[in-house]
Amino acid sequence: MSVLVYTESEGGAFKKVALELTSYAKGVANAMGGEVTAVSINGGNAADLGNYGADQVMEINDATLETFNAKNYAAALAQAAKAAGAKTVVVSSSANSKYLAPLLAVELGAAYAPNVVALPESTSPMKVKSTVYTNKAFAINELKTDVTVIGLAKNAYGLHENSAAAAASAFGVELAGDNGVEVTSVDKATDKVTIADAEVVVSGGRGLKGPENWNLIEDLAATLGAATACSKPVSDMGWRPHSEHVGQTGKPVASNLYIAIGISGAIQHLAGINSSKVKVVINTDPEAPFFKAADYGIVGDAFDVVPRLTEKLKQFKANNA
Amino acid sequence: MKILVCISHVPDTTSKINFTDNDTQFDTNGVQFVINPNDEFGLTRAMWFKEKQGATVHVANVGDASAEPTLRKALAIGADEAIRVDAPATDGYFVAKQLTKVAQDGGYDLIIAGRESIDYNGGMVPGMMAAMLGANFVNTCINLEVDGSDATAVREIDGGKESVKTSLPLVIGGQKGLVEESDLRIPNMRGIMMARKKPLHVVAADAAEAHAATAAFEKPAPKGAVTMVDPENLDQLIELLHNEAKVI
Repeated sequence: MSVLVYTESEGGAFKKVALELTSYAKGVANAMGGEVTAVSINGGNAADLGNYGADQVMEINDATLETFNAKNYAAALAQAAKAAGAKTVVVSSSANSKYLAPLLAVELGAAYAPNVVALPESTSPMKVKSTVYTNKAFAINELKTDVTVIGLAKNAYGLHENSAAAAASAFGVELAGDNGVEVTSVDKATDKVTIADAEVVVSGGRGLKGPENWNLIEDLAATLGAATACSKPVSDMGWRPHSEHVGQTGKPVASNLYIAIGISGAIQHLAGINSSKVKVVINTDPEAPFFKAADYGIVGDAFDVVPRLTEKLKQFKANNA
Repeated sequence: MKILVCISHVPDTTSKINFTDNDTQFDTNGVQFVINPNDEFGLTRAMWFKEKQGATVHVANVGDASAEPTLRKALAIGADEAIRVDAPATDGYFVAKQLTKVAQDGGYDLIIAGRESIDYNGGMVPGMMAAMLGANFVNTCINLEVDGSDATAVREIDGGKESVKTSLPLVIGGQKGLVEESDLRIPNMRGIMMARKKPLHVVAADAAEAHAATAAFEKPAPKGAVTMVDPENLDQLIELLHNEAKVI
């Protein structure tokens, strides 16, 4: 009985989410009385996964999988899951994992539970808790199939160290030559932290008065190594790209720290950032609804507070480097 | 080109979420239902294909009769026909199975679904349909062009986007970007009158077992009070974030 975990990598090294997912898989395996088998596709050093509880690592190195393709990746993972006799497959909430998970679930005849926030409430039957209604509530889902696919919500479990063997072995897969979807170009900023991976997100709203003032947000974000984001009106007005819009119909944020500047905190915005652990709100209006959802609040003008905060954080970082 | 747009009938984004029957059912009291926003972007893109490329557009939903006003709204926006599979939408797998049957029976070239519904957020229906149909699939799709049986699309990825080349039959998981917010249409009186006469077919569900069931819902624990910091004392904020919250 094993728990299979898809460990994502980039540029030949495992992503942090791969280590979190391995930690989670170890927790599930302990509850079921099984082992953790990690699947690494053109990935990093297997020993890195051993530190978080991987007993075995199936290493798939295949030229067809050089660039991400949902269909081929799902097929490779399904073949690995079958070979390992996996009862549960754990995937992340990255764009790629959410793309391939439904394909994998159909291939395995498995129930798929996305946005899971904790270890299973029980493993027989499999019962998991997930966010629903865009973070406004949770559901306890009972999965009825023999094999299950669990998608862990972003930043929901954290890293838990566990020493295990991480015995690596090569695993060969058979893939169709033509997968039907061919990537022709990729447009990705490599020098910026993405909202998906960020531990800190700095977000701006209409209170910033115009796109020309975004240097306030960017300077603060750069100081904290944070990703930048914005509210819906800001992206609708074209001040910032849609890809930065966080909220119910935009991107969800589950960072450790979320700093909202000049955002009033409409219910749709709050739904999208609810999963962030610590929220700081800076707004001129003491009645802004966001203060009710915040951990720390400052009533003040962004144009006065933010540059001073950035300077103080620079000093803090320099002193604590 | 025959297009099927899958429509989820969901609580409006401003809805307060509550549960009844011992926290096992969603409380619909006072809640207004709408076309799922991700589906509405797709429907609006489908209208573009109808007007510019002569496509036929059908919409489909899995649900009980309470979803019919939402389907009528889609007809008022300009869809030609609607199909309602008469069964509760128990889980994503069951819904994908039903919509796959609708898609097979109707012989559609392009199936547009939302990336996810804003109620269950499962994000699995479009992918599962593609797998069941053996069709090509592009998720988190923010741009789509079709030329004959060839298609080009742009997919949002973490931290950027990628352009892809693919072909029909195709399933997409759509979202904002397929069209802009300002392109969304409010049905006019003529559209509403015409929608009343358009066909809304009610079909029986195909036999399928749900893969998952919701045993109970929970609301998040109430949050503690906010700690206010004086804007003249930013050192205090940094101290709190470092020592109390431990996030910097």
